[in-house]
Amino acid sequence: MKYVIKKVTTMIITLFFVSVLVFFSFSLIPGNPAISKLGTEATPERIAALEHEMGLDRPLLERFGNWILGVVRGDFGTSYSYSQSVTGLLAEKIGTTLLLSVMAIIICVIIAIPLGIFMARKSDSKLDIILSGANQLIMAVPSFFSGILITLIFGIVFRLFTPGLFVSYHTNFFKCIGYLFFPAFSIALPKISMVSKLLKDNVLKESEKEYVRTAYSRGNATKTVFYKHVLGNALIPVITFLGMTFADIIAGSIIVEQVFSIPGLGRILLTSISGRDYPVIEAIILLLAFFVVLSNLIVDLLYHKFDPRIHV
Amino acid sequence: MNKATKMKFITGLVITGIVLIMTIWGIIKTPYDPCEMNASAKYAGMSIKHLFGCDQFGRDIFSRVLVGVRETMFISACVVLIGVFFGTIFGTVTGYYGGWLDEILMRLNDAVLAFPSILLALVVIGLFGGGKYQLIAALGIAFVPSFARIVRGEVLKIRNLDYINAVKLYGASDARIIVVHILPNLKTVLLSSIVIGFNNAVLAEAGMSYLGMGVAPPDPALGRMLSEAQAFIFTTPRIALFPGLVIVLMILGFSLLGDTVGK
Repeated sequence: MKYVIKKVTTMIITLFFVSVLVFFSFSLIPGNPAISKLGTEATPERIAALEHEMGLDRPLLERFGNWILGVVRGDFGTSYSYSQSVTGLLAEKIGTTLLLSVMAIIICVIIAIPLGIFMARKSDSKLDIILSGANQLIMAVPSFFSGILITLIFGIVFRLFTPGLFVSYHTNFFKCIGYLFFPAFSIALPKISMVSKLLKDNVLKESEKEYVRTAYSRGNATKTVFYKHVLGNALIPVITFLGMTFADIIAGSIIVEQVFSIPGLGRILLTSISGRDYPVIEAIILLLAFFVVLSNLIVDLLYHKFDPRIHV
Repeated sequence: MNKATKMKFITGLVITGIVLIMTIWGIIKTPYDPCEMNASAKYAGMSIKHLFGCDQFGRDIFSRVLVGVRETMFISACVVLIGVFFGTIFGTVTGYYGGWLDEILMRLNDAVLAFPSILLALVVIGLFGGGKYQLIAALGIAFVPSFARIVRGEVLKIRNLDYINAVKLYGASDARIIVVHILPNLKTVLLSSIVIGFNNAVLAEAGMSYLGMGVAPPDPALGRMLSEAQAFIFTTPRIALFPGLVIVLMILGFSLLGDTVGK
């Protein structure tokens, strides 16, 4: 319990640091949002009025205080270009991106772990050599290119889904999952190679250890030794890796959303960057930071549960 | 080096060699002007005149790919250079001196490392705007922490070795110990992490230019060629295939080398 409290405190401190960095760096860049909103022709009075309305005329620290208090309550301010509350703007998109990322990680685990076990058990056979070669190649294919290939093969040749016709999960949850499967698969593809390779290497490394020899010498069957002793230990580094990859997968979903034209966080992040819509950018960065830190926390806790000796 | 590793190394070397030849070709002269539009060659197929065919504006895809490779290599090299340079400075100073400076910088490092480089680069571009040099700066900053961490770990190991203590007894200054006795020993570690860094930089650059945050149009960039060609994927998938395959080739070459260098 003490361990959990310590971890959660570190997480909150990290998030606070991120929010300080994000807020001040976006406040210090040259350019007045009020002027860019009204255009250069605007009269000084109107600019002053809008500045007051947007709260830009108050001191920086006070603005930061107001902003962070709002953030804690789930209010990220008002978007410059949409004149709408950022929270309302992002609410559905967060769900889409999270759904996509979670699906990607589930696909990755479902395929990679049996594959890794299979490769380890058939190690050095012809099949393993072919699979390892394929793994090396797949790792080199960036998700946006595999996404295009998947669109081409499954969307256009086999017509399993209609590229560009995204259905929101509010309208039809199963259709949404059906559409998201392909982008999630293209995000998961390089991760599958990495995880299965890591698992295979770990299993082979664990199998040489003395406790395994002892287990055999006590008359255990190969299968029992493998599933009861080797696999559990070989999975620990894989869990860490999966936790670290979650951040990568979220970043990957930003790109893949573009490939499959999915209206998620990535989409709006890119339009906000080109439109210099700072409140939206700040909110998205903070949200993504939150997901990343949260996934790290979950991994640390899982790790602790799997192997109580570890105090990260 | 066993047989499998040797095979991997040689394959990596050959692929990287091909990529380097393409880079040099792109620097010297391309068969066509990569931005020149030719209305009579729109969607032209593969031929001796146009090795990879032409795109929707009748531009020669092979020339555009060559220039794209050149730009990607240039940007990646700059990014890795920035990463190695600052990473080595931060890594050696924090690793050698330790103390509160080490604590603060490494906390910061961990915070930055937790973010995927593409996300970080997007933030920096959100701050400073897009473009080739902004992209270099953005990715460069994102690459410093990983190098800093590797160098720091190595310096921590070397710092406590006997020969360093021996030099200290001779009265060598800290600066001399770092420059003469520690830095040369980082060579092996740095070499493999530079190759891996290059691999990541190519991937990040291609991703960023796919998102339209890299080299400004009309100059070709591999990632943007892909995203522009996506509109024609129903009719002429070839336009997207070639830049994509070249990106795969670059990453494959560097990752094979990165796996085997130093083994």
